[in-house]
Amino acid sequence: MSAVDWYLALATALFCIGAYGVLARRNVVLVVMSLELMLNAVNIALVAFATFIPASRAVDASKGQLFVLFVIAIAAAEVTVGLAIVIANYRTKRNVQADRFDEMKG
Amino acid sequence: MKTAVALIALLPLAGFAVNILFGRRYLRDRAHLVGVATVTVSWLLSLYVIYHVFTHQEEAFVWDAFTWIKAGSFTVSWGFLVDTLTAIMLVVVGTIGMIVHYYSIGYMKGDEGYYRFFAYLNLFMFMMFTLILADNYLLVFLGWEGVGLCSYLLIAFWFRKKSASQAGKKAFLVNRVGDWGFTLGMLAIFFAFGSLQFPEVFGKAAEANGGIVTWICLLLFIGAVGKSAQFPLHVWLPDAMEGPTPVSALIHAATMVNAGVYIVARSYPLFIHSHTAMLVVMGVGTFTAVYAASIAITQTDIKRVIAYSTVSSLGFMFMALGAGAWVAGIFYLFAHGFFKGLLFLGSGSVIHAMSGEQDMRKMGGLRKKLPITFWAMMIGSLANAGLFPFAGFWAKDEILAMDFAAHYYVVWAVGLVTAFLTAVFMFRLMFLTFWGENRSSEEVQHHIHESPWIMTVPLIILAIPAAVIGLVVGLPPDSGWIHSFLEPVFFEVESEAFAWFGTGGALMLLSLVVVISGIVLAWAMYLRDRDLPAVLVARVPWAYQASFRKFYMDELYEVAVIRPVINGANWLWVFFDTRVIDGTVNGIAALWGWIGATLRPLQTGRAQNYAFGIFAGVFVLVIVFRWVWGG
Repeated sequence: MSAVDWYLALATALFCIGAYGVLARRNVVLVVMSLELMLNAVNIALVAFATFIPASRAVDASKGQLFVLFVIAIAAAEVTVGLAIVIANYRTKRNVQADRFDEMKG
Repeated sequence: MKTAVALIALLPLAGFAVNILFGRRYLRDRAHLVGVATVTVSWLLSLYVIYHVFTHQEEAFVWDAFTWIKAGSFTVSWGFLVDTLTAIMLVVVGTIGMIVHYYSIGYMKGDEGYYRFFAYLNLFMFMMFTLILADNYLLVFLGWEGVGLCSYLLIAFWFRKKSASQAGKKAFLVNRVGDWGFTLGMLAIFFAFGSLQFPEVFGKAAEANGGIVTWICLLLFIGAVGKSAQFPLHVWLPDAMEGPTPVSALIHAATMVNAGVYIVARSYPLFIHSHTAMLVVMGVGTFTAVYAASIAITQTDIKRVIAYSTVSSLGFMFMALGAGAWVAGIFYLFAHGFFKGLLFLGSGSVIHAMSGEQDMRKMGGLRKKLPITFWAMMIGSLANAGLFPFAGFWAKDEILAMDFAAHYYVVWAVGLVTAFLTAVFMFRLMFLTFWGENRSSEEVQHHIHESPWIMTVPLIILAIPAAVIGLVVGLPPDSGWIHSFLEPVFFEVESEAFAWFGTGGALMLLSLVVVISGIVLAWAMYLRDRDLPAVLVARVPWAYQASFRKFYMDELYEVAVIRPVINGANWLWVFFDTRVIDGTVNGIAALWGWIGATLRPLQTGRAQNYAFGIFAGVFVLVIVFRWVWGG
């Protein structure tokens, strides 16, 4: 395995843990946390690629890092909105269980 | 001249507009003022136009007022054509129209639809004038449909009466069959000549292919059969008698029903190029003449007798046109308008006196009580029966002589039989109505009175032309004034000098003998020996029944047309509409309902389930792109 593969393995592991959390956890706060985990897994992959990119394409390296900054910023905003929804729902339902929020059931 | 021609038609239209808009609220029992005034002015203008034609006989007046329709190579103008044939029609339509308007003031007095009646009559006059003044087939058709509409409105004038509204519907629907032929005829004309304007069409008629000309003529004749109530589309006219009697006189005797004869005569340059079409016209006319006459002989409703007589007379006209006796046919139309209008107005006066009774079996002995009506009806009957020297005699005799001269001996013989039957039923009507003792109830008898002057004066005025018009325009026979007058229209008709002491004179004498023997027979059966009809009926009940039931034509239509149409419509409703169409629509709705219900459980409302779908989708896509398509 080359150096970048270790990073990618870590990213994959984190992503899978996050995905499992998103799909399987019932607590919405934990779902949001798992979502963050998935985003950060992707971030790791991006910076890894940016670091190990050949010197001939140095411009693309800065793009990879720039992208990560965007993701972090947007993830912060997303968590703000997500937690606001959780609180709003908590006020009406008195709980934060994801499977209780099924008003849109057909 | 242009102003006069335009105003003739437009004035009654204006009268119609005024009456229909303001009649109900403001004019009410003064509605006749507008109606009568406009028609009177139209009549004066038409006299002026006739005078103009009289002084410029050779040259037809053609005026395209404006382009009506323009689409590609198809152009139709709102144009007028006034020639000697138009002039003859103007005399009939204008004069009788005006007289009937005056008569209606008395006849319709106190009717709740008084304003409506005059509005419709005015609309009718507009449409009829348009029909006869038009210089192209489409404008004729406008008038043609318009008079049909007015006919419907006026037959069903007393629409609260079931039979009247039914009769109106019947007239409208039967006429529709004829209009279908007329429309196809117009299409064929446009196809063959590229125009509907009379001058253009007639100018090219000689070069046209014979086959298409025959088709055009036959299709136009279908229209004429509908409008002029010829067999087998005659069934509407006797029922049209449900309308007020002035309407019967104006529309269903003197003017509208002549439209079919007029259009055939107007299309003379086409018809002379098709021997087949001429034979069909003659055959249908001849058959209708004798057929209707044989029905008229047993009818008991006074107006129905005259109605069948009208059908018979119209058949006579077609017989004349088909046999090539063009002038004689128009001559008959001219004379017929006056004496048949007179007969209807007279019968209206009788009905008025009898408190609405129309059954002749309940009349009788009215001669003394209704002297003016009696004498007017007498003149009308003599003219209709064709006794020397009344109007019908000269025209009828000319037709018969032309049939004979053209070697159509069968047609001539049938015509003679028709003349005999006509004499019989006309005098049956006269004897039953005016002679003998009155057979109505005490109360009705008490009310019998001569009609007011507004109704009797029109009778007197109409009686004059009915008596003398034949002498004025028809003498000498076969080459009288009307022949030279109509020569510019019927340009190829030759007229020969009449042989008083030859075939012509002999035929005239023969038809005179036939008519007199008819009158004598009627006298014998209905005045001298009253039991004779009953004896005859007992002897040949089937013949009586056939005639009395109008040869079962209405029943035939009931079985062959009306029932199948109603049953078919019923089937379409019960089976096709509710099963097939509704079934399809409901089926499609049900299908989507089922699909929705089936897929519904997928929509759990839980975000995580959807997220799982997304993940699974991505997983599948990755596999597909990497290992299946990726290679």
